[in-house]
Amino acid sequence: MNLFALLKAFLVGGSLCLLGQLLIDRTKLTPARILVAYVVAGVVLGGLGLYQPLIDFAGAGATVPLTGFGALLAKGTREAIEEMGALGILSGGLTACAPGVAGAILLSLAAGLLSRSKDKP
Amino acid sequence: MALTPKDYQQMSQEASPPSNTLKNATMAFLFGGGFCALGQSLLELLLARGMERDEASALVSLSLILLSVLLTALGLYDRVARVAGAGTLVPITGFANAMSSSAIEFRSEGLILGLGAKMFSIAGPVLVYGISAAALYGVIYYFIL
Amino acid sequence: MAVRQGGTLLLSGEPVIRSFAAVGSKMEQEGPLGSSFDLISQDSAFGQDSWEKAEAAMQKKALDLALQKASLSPGEVEVLFAGDLLNQCISSTYGLRDLNIPFLGVYGACSTMAESLTLAALFVEGGFASLAGAVTSSHFCSAERQFRFPLEYGSQRPPSAQWTATASGAVVVGWQGDGPRIRAVTPGRIRDLGITDVNNMGAAMAPAAADTIARFFQDTGAAPEDFDLVVTGDLAQVGSQLLLQLLQREGILLGGRHRDCGLLLYDRRRQQVDSGGSGCGCSASVLCASLLPQLQEGSLQNILFVATGALMSPTAVQQGESIPSIAHLLWLAAGTEGRK
Repeated sequence: MNLFALLKAFLVGGSLCLLGQLLIDRTKLTPARILVAYVVAGVVLGGLGLYQPLIDFAGAGATVPLTGFGALLAKGTREAIEEMGALGILSGGLTACAPGVAGAILLSLAAGLLSRSKDKP
Repeated sequence: MALTPKDYQQMSQEASPPSNTLKNATMAFLFGGGFCALGQSLLELLLARGMERDEASALVSLSLILLSVLLTALGLYDRVARVAGAGTLVPITGFANAMSSSAIEFRSEGLILGLGAKMFSIAGPVLVYGISAAALYGVIYYFIL
Repeated sequence: MAVRQGGTLLLSGEPVIRSFAAVGSKMEQEGPLGSSFDLISQDSAFGQDSWEKAEAAMQKKALDLALQKASLSPGEVEVLFAGDLLNQCISSTYGLRDLNIPFLGVYGACSTMAESLTLAALFVEGGFASLAGAVTSSHFCSAERQFRFPLEYGSQRPPSAQWTATASGAVVVGWQGDGPRIRAVTPGRIRDLGITDVNNMGAAMAPAAADTIARFFQDTGAAPEDFDLVVTGDLAQVGSQLLLQLLQREGILLGGRHRDCGLLLYDRRRQQVDSGGSGCGCSASVLCASLLPQLQEGSLQNILFVATGALMSPTAVQQGESIPSIAHLLWLAAGTEGRK
């Protein structure tokens, strides 16, 4: 296993989370707004071609945070347009993120059926 | 002299203890970095077995989603999040936690309007604005570039 | 008959608190008042399959216990004032529906115990009922899913946030008998100094508490020294500090007399409750588990019980509205057997 790659993923992914924490603590942004901001930022950066270098450098450190999800949406859209033209504008994003979203839906459904919410702490 | 809302908000801000940003940011960095490093090690494992990069990347996301849903269903994810903050929010695991926790919570209001509808109550905006932004980018890419 | 002085009603008949009971769960048991509760349920679901049903069952249990302690039957209670935090006050209506007691639902958010007890006392004072009940509750889990996030959702609370108590309190007020007395009530006015942060309810409610307390002293000419304690409901750490500052501006010094139910119910150093406790059940259970027993045995002679409530809804907050608040005050005195 390439320890240097692991370290790069750790540092870049950790930094993206650290930035999110600063936004929570120091601004009035709610977590839901921060998530939306991350995804949209990912689409913009991905669209401008600025996110791919980060993915090449940090691997999962760039794809696992939600900005990576946004960049994936942009990449899927671009590839679909090149493959099938205008229809790709609509089909590209959903197609690219389909495995993750469908997986999350199915697993959440299973969790909802099998688990109950528990008292805290 | 009457107290104006502005004065009071100042007073209230002074009385409210600030978040421990140094500790929170450190924890967010460590946990968030940890999730990513876990993803990276899995990615390398899959790549070493000859899997294609896009496919491996999708499988990594799915594995982390599975881990997140499991921790959520066992009632552990929120406990980690109390300490980890954005370290559990920003990675894809946070998205899966938002969906599965809503599904679990609102199961008591039925399978359709409870579990089915409320599953997206927190995670929905991410899909709405992510997909819309991607489509907008697609329009620009198609017509301009 | 009650005498009005300004905004305060002096109850010359001094209605008697005949009985009271407090019910809580694990977190409340681990707090400083844990051993004083009449009933602690280790199962916070109270044997039910939803958190709303759990809260309704808990509220019923509290009233049952209060009636049982005074050997009363539900049929003897002539009117019941109750409410809670859930939409349409379903903990009260569903929990108390089988009792066949004339029911008047009230909503005062976390001030509900003071509001319902005020109305019960006035009904008795005015001769409209010889026995009236006041009941309220809150449940951490049902409140979370209505006001914040799903229980399993990972989120961090800022240090000014408060913990909703899983607790209920019930009080039965009568015309005769032994027990602590209700000497005066001061219904609160809605105050709003523009706080919009739902994670800082104490700050939103402190101005309401300060207003009601200042008006009571002005109306009656009494001074803080006339009371053993001035107990506010659920301002917690942040709000308590602000209350003392606001009162100081009015020239009222509570000295060491101030206590807050949100700080009495939990131990902030040991328990993860951030600024302190909140919820209708917080002030209600502190009243029934700690304050009323002390008034009954005479270790407290005169106290002011000032429960505060933040009157916002998630909808209003999402529309950018600030948080209006209220505080109702009751002057409670030791009963005949405890009176010095």
